Amino acid sequence: MSQTVSPPRTDHPDLPGPVRTRRRLPRYAATGLYLAGLLLGAVLSALSGFNPALTVIYGVAIGTVAVYAASRAVEGTRKATDRLVTCIVVTAFGIAVVPLVWLSYTVLDRGLTRLDGTFFSNSMVGVVGEGGGAYHAIMGTLIITALAAVISVPIGLLTAIYLVEYGSGRLKRAITFFVDVMTGIPSIVAGLFAFALFTLLFGNDVRLGVMGAVALSVLMIPVVVRSSEEVLKLVPNELREASYALGVPKWRTVVKVVLPTAIAGLGTGVTLSIARVVGETAPLLVTVGLITSTNLNPFDGRMATLPVFAYYQLTQPGTATQAFLDRAWTAALVLIILVMALNVVARLISRFFAPQTGR
Amino acid sequence: MTTSAPPRPPQSPDRPKRRRGDRIFAGSATGAGIFILVVLAGVAVFLVAESWPAVVAPAEDVSGGEGLTSYITPLIFGTLLASVIALVIATPLAVAIALFITNYAPRRLAAGLGYVIDLLAAIPSIVYGFWGIFALAPALVPFYAWAERNLGFIPLFAGPASATGRTMLTAGIVLAVMILPIISAISREVFSQAPALHREAALALGATRWEMIRMAVLPYGKSGIIGGAMLGLGRALGETLAIALVLSASGGITFNLISNSNPSTIAANIALQFPESTGLQVNTLIASGLALFVITLAVNMLARWVVTRRADFSGAN
Repeated sequence: MSQTVSPPRTDHPDLPGPVRTRRRLPRYAATGLYLAGLLLGAVLSALSGFNPALTVIYGVAIGTVAVYAASRAVEGTRKATDRLVTCIVVTAFGIAVVPLVWLSYTVLDRGLTRLDGTFFSNSMVGVVGEGGGAYHAIMGTLIITALAAVISVPIGLLTAIYLVEYGSGRLKRAITFFVDVMTGIPSIVAGLFAFALFTLLFGNDVRLGVMGAVALSVLMIPVVVRSSEEVLKLVPNELREASYALGVPKWRTVVKVVLPTAIAGLGTGVTLSIARVVGETAPLLVTVGLITSTNLNPFDGRMATLPVFAYYQLTQPGTATQAFLDRAWTAALVLIILVMALNVVARLISRFFAPQTGR
Repeated sequence: MTTSAPPRPPQSPDRPKRRRGDRIFAGSATGAGIFILVVLAGVAVFLVAESWPAVVAPAEDVSGGEGLTSYITPLIFGTLLASVIALVIATPLAVAIALFITNYAPRRLAAGLGYVIDLLAAIPSIVYGFWGIFALAPALVPFYAWAERNLGFIPLFAGPASATGRTMLTAGIVLAVMILPIISAISREVFSQAPALHREAALALGATRWEMIRMAVLPYGKSGIIGGAMLGLGRALGETLAIALVLSASGGITFNLISNSNPSTIAANIALQFPESTGLQVNTLIASGLALFVITLAVNMLARWVVTRRADFSGAN
């Protein structure tokens, strides 16, 4: 242990002992070795007929082993383990990106075929083969989602206000806990709930657009509550106190001071919650059903929605299978575009409506 | 409006007046909170009410002809099997991704990389189903054939290997991709909360980055990982359309992951059967939905409990 208390090592350049850790691989050696491993993997895979998946699997394995072995020989076990973990962690991230890229490519590749004017202007009335579109389904999705938002946003926002501004004690804790639990309700169960509710109220075999909206609300409310709660908590207390000091009643403080300050975050949260439910299929499948014609009245019979439309185009193709598949993929593409657009809108809201007060 | 309210007799000066606007507003806020509890209770009540006919019906009337229990049991088994596969695949990956984003990635890129992973959560479940059935399943067919030849001695890979790739393992992989973002988001959050002092102390004592993570970050984030994994499990249990599309289900309990005959899952079974069902069949399906509700509720409550327990005792917030 004499080395730990000895003067700086520059005085004793040839001391033995833990100095082994000072031997390091050159800066880009690890990356280089890893890439060399990948290359070797490609060669190995090419020997048995080229296959991209095998290339990557061989390459990553060989690269990792090469880095580990080199580091272990030069830098010692501890450093080698560190490099091994670095390799694994980077690889894990790479693995996660694969499905994202693959999926985006597949949907774009197959969905662009039918992304034309007809798809957005026609419904499926009388269509048995090519042509036809999803106008009715797109309108149905927009109407039902809007209705769900109309139900969920006031309830969710008021609950968040209760939790942040008024709540205390056991009720607050119960609501917080059950809102968390509610975020985990399976979407199909939400659909069954709406179905059971309306069946008991209106009798058997009832299918309405509003049922879908109720089911989506069950999924949407907890998301609105959670995001709004987080945002309202960020509003500085000084603002509330300043308002009280001026004699403003509490409710006016909330409406005129707290909510405007938090409006950007609230808008973002609501938009993201809409994005969360707009692609839900299962609850709409059991509550709203599907029709081929356009029905814009959510209180009168079945409606078409984009996810359900996509599902049935895929699972129940008619005689012209390819035309149905094309429509299904285009519907999926439009759905993804819709969700991504909502996400972008949410980001823009949080950027452009940022609170005017400094925090 | 309070401002236009007629002047009221002076009250005791100590107690502030409770204005009408305040009362209405506080009342509606509280009411909304209570309404959520009512809705949750309502979900349970209505599901019980609608599934009751199937519970009391004679065994031979229930779909399958052998009673409710034997109808639901394989479904529960399938649900658990698919979810467990997903969890086994997703959890290590998600933790590694969270570590990469919080501790390895360049600081400037980290937020962007996190957003890339979050994009996976934004993709609708039906699109995952499309991808699973048309892209992933065919790509896995050669692997299943290989697994049958070389790993066939393990019961999981006993075969006969599916020629379409629509197997339990494929369904599990699709589910794993779907729950990856939620597990990694929660792990990321707890990892980034690991006290900087602990991490810096470990590094200052000469620990390598991995040793620092093992000593300072992982112990701190352990319950977060467990909670996140359980939330992911909750999500996987209730996943519907992706499974309904990908899995080629024929009922029966089997651990064989690569064959064409698989047990269905509760949610997928409901989605597939519900539109064509009538009468008691509907009640039976709702009863299975109730079982799913109870299972996910239990898993989620446990997960939330684990996560909040950590929040209570951590000094970070």
